Amino acid sequence: MKGYELGETAVGAAVGGERAVWAPHESLLGWVASVDHKQIGIMYMVAAFAFFGLGGIEALLLRIQLAVPHNNFLSPETFNELFTMHGTTMIFLVAMPLLTGFTVYLVPLMIGARDMAFPRLNAMSFWLQVFGGVMLYFSFFARGAPNAGWFSYAPLSESAYSFGSGQDYWILSLLVMGIGTVAGAINVIATVATLRVRAMTMRRLPLFVWMTFVNSFLMLMALPILNAALVMLLIDRQLHAHFFTPASGGSAILWQHYFWGFGHPEVYIVILPAFGMISEIIPVFARKPIFGYEFVAASTVAIAFLSFAVWAHHMFAVGLSDVFNLFFAVASMSIAVPTGVKVFNWTATLYGGRLRFTTAMMFALAFLVMFTIGGLSGVSFAVVPIDWQLTDTYYLVAHLHYVFFGGTVLASFAGIYYWFPKLTGRMLSESLGKWHFWLSFIGLNLTFFVQHVLGMMGMPRRVFTYPDLPYWGALNMLSTVGAFVLLAAVVVFAWNLGVSLKHGEEAGDNPWDAWTLEWATSSPPPVDNFTRVPPVRGRRPLWDLAHPELADELQGRAA
Amino acid sequence: MLSKSKLAMVLFIVSEANFFALLLMAYAYYHALDPGGANGAGALDVVTTGLYSVCLFSSSATLWAADRRLRRQEYRGGIRWLLATIALGAIFLYGQGREYARLLRSGVTVSRNLFGTTFFTLTGFHGLHVFLGLCALATLAGLALRSGIRERQTQAVEAVGLYWHFVDAVWVVIFGVVYLGSVL
Repeated sequence: MKGYELGETAVGAAVGGERAVWAPHESLLGWVASVDHKQIGIMYMVAAFAFFGLGGIEALLLRIQLAVPHNNFLSPETFNELFTMHGTTMIFLVAMPLLTGFTVYLVPLMIGARDMAFPRLNAMSFWLQVFGGVMLYFSFFARGAPNAGWFSYAPLSESAYSFGSGQDYWILSLLVMGIGTVAGAINVIATVATLRVRAMTMRRLPLFVWMTFVNSFLMLMALPILNAALVMLLIDRQLHAHFFTPASGGSAILWQHYFWGFGHPEVYIVILPAFGMISEIIPVFARKPIFGYEFVAASTVAIAFLSFAVWAHHMFAVGLSDVFNLFFAVASMSIAVPTGVKVFNWTATLYGGRLRFTTAMMFALAFLVMFTIGGLSGVSFAVVPIDWQLTDTYYLVAHLHYVFFGGTVLASFAGIYYWFPKLTGRMLSESLGKWHFWLSFIGLNLTFFVQHVLGMMGMPRRVFTYPDLPYWGALNMLSTVGAFVLLAAVVVFAWNLGVSLKHGEEAGDNPWDAWTLEWATSSPPPVDNFTRVPPVRGRRPLWDLAHPELADELQGRAA
Repeated sequence: MLSKSKLAMVLFIVSEANFFALLLMAYAYYHALDPGGANGAGALDVVTTGLYSVCLFSSSATLWAADRRLRRQEYRGGIRWLLATIALGAIFLYGQGREYARLLRSGVTVSRNLFGTTFFTLTGFHGLHVFLGLCALATLAGLALRSGIRERQTQAVEAVGLYWHFVDAVWVVIFGVVYLGSVL
């Protein structure tokens, strides 16, 4: 009932005096001062894309250094700075803000609301994110960037070993962004809980909203763990405390527990919204409702719970007790089950569907395969002896990139091709899109597949160069070539964005013949999102509207 | 269903509880690691701090009284209880300041040992939360004095109330673990 009243008034109240406050302006000031969820969502994505460029350049520099054995292109110090910044950037300044951008743009539209529950808080979260990122990069100009890895293991990250100020910038910028992320998570939960339009029950919620809703709880619980660890490290470094310094009684292992206690839920934080996008895109382009809606939603909740019980699989090599290792091995294997349930549901949705191979769909299908490969190599790490053999080798680098690039990035590309028409009113070019897709797909596999082999041959990660062992040079060269193919893919993508923004085909309200509420309004949507929200009688309101005789509720499909 | 302000505050409290749980775990962990080392036996003044703690605990009751009156639009009584809450919270902070000064004079500092490290981090973050709570309460008092609490602002009163009770509850745990733990 609550959702109904608020949904209705949200539309009604957008007249008169308030309008002046809420209406977005196209000027620069209009963007900077905006509290409109659509503008903030787009700004999140633009900021993430800018940092994606920086993180990508860092990756290319690393790959150039590693292209041949005994290379001196980068100094060891610079190499350490670059892989620290690459990891930190891609996780905190790219994956999280990009997915948050999708979330704050789409969630209010998908639930038929006018804005987030707390529009000003939304703007605050965004600007904390931006300034946190700028602060991190400022460290390059202030006695050097952080160089203790994105995980900042103690005591390496302590003042006795990292005496530049880079580590302090790292801590402070992650704290600033962490506060913004917690505020954003609160905002999303409050929005979904209180602003759903009439009859949009939790069982009719689009799956993207479900995933971001659950994901917000994950952020709410996981980020404080990181924040607590960060302030302890900061107090260690600035006030000479002893939390993580073994020399004076502290515990370096406690940092690992805290960091991975955050770090593993974080892995799911940057994949759950991607799951959500895939769960929207695959049904639309297979022309079938999602298979097993309840299972997709419920398995997300299962993942969220389990993700807090698997952190120590990052610590099998530390030498914790066998019982401890056994528990985390079993927990880590069991988290593959709800994830597997999702893969099964998406595949079953495709089965018997009339597939439309748009660029968005091709990225979604590639996601399905690539993410599964990353998932399988992930399960192999849950087996303690395999972990002992392969941890800190390039096999792990291959695994995590299949999950992050093959998972989060491919799903985000799919999402951008799918929702770009809604955001801008214009279609992205499909022919450039196909180039972008194939270059990404080939580049991804060329860069990272060979790293499985390198890892099994024993090549350690985080080394700035390596000896000229048989095949190492050749495989590393292949990987570097793959990285440049990925560069070409990103250039084509950026070109596509630029060209299509100006000259793209007009999109209309619902170019994909999709079913969720964001497609019921104009592209781009007006300030108030909807002049009138269509009635919600099932999970696919626009399908019901277009085919009243085949409505989901008549077919026994609706909740 | 909670109002969105109260819901947001509850969620914020969940995340803050997690934050304090981690700080507390660090304290307990180092205490268990070296029972002779990371504890305040002999250094902490349990009785004096106990008395100041009573002020903080009773401030939850005065805030409850203020909330009741403000909701019935009895502004004069409400503001009076609100000011009493602020005074009690400020007395607690003053007590914490005195405790810190005494400890620092006797050489117990953040960098002295793991007790100092964990004690000042844990109680310091709690003190910061009390201080921010006082700012929020003062804002409410200012609003009530200027123009009365309007209908939609009663949600803010409730939300700040939740926060204040939470800060209070955190101190119950810290006092139990750190102070009572040091004498038991």
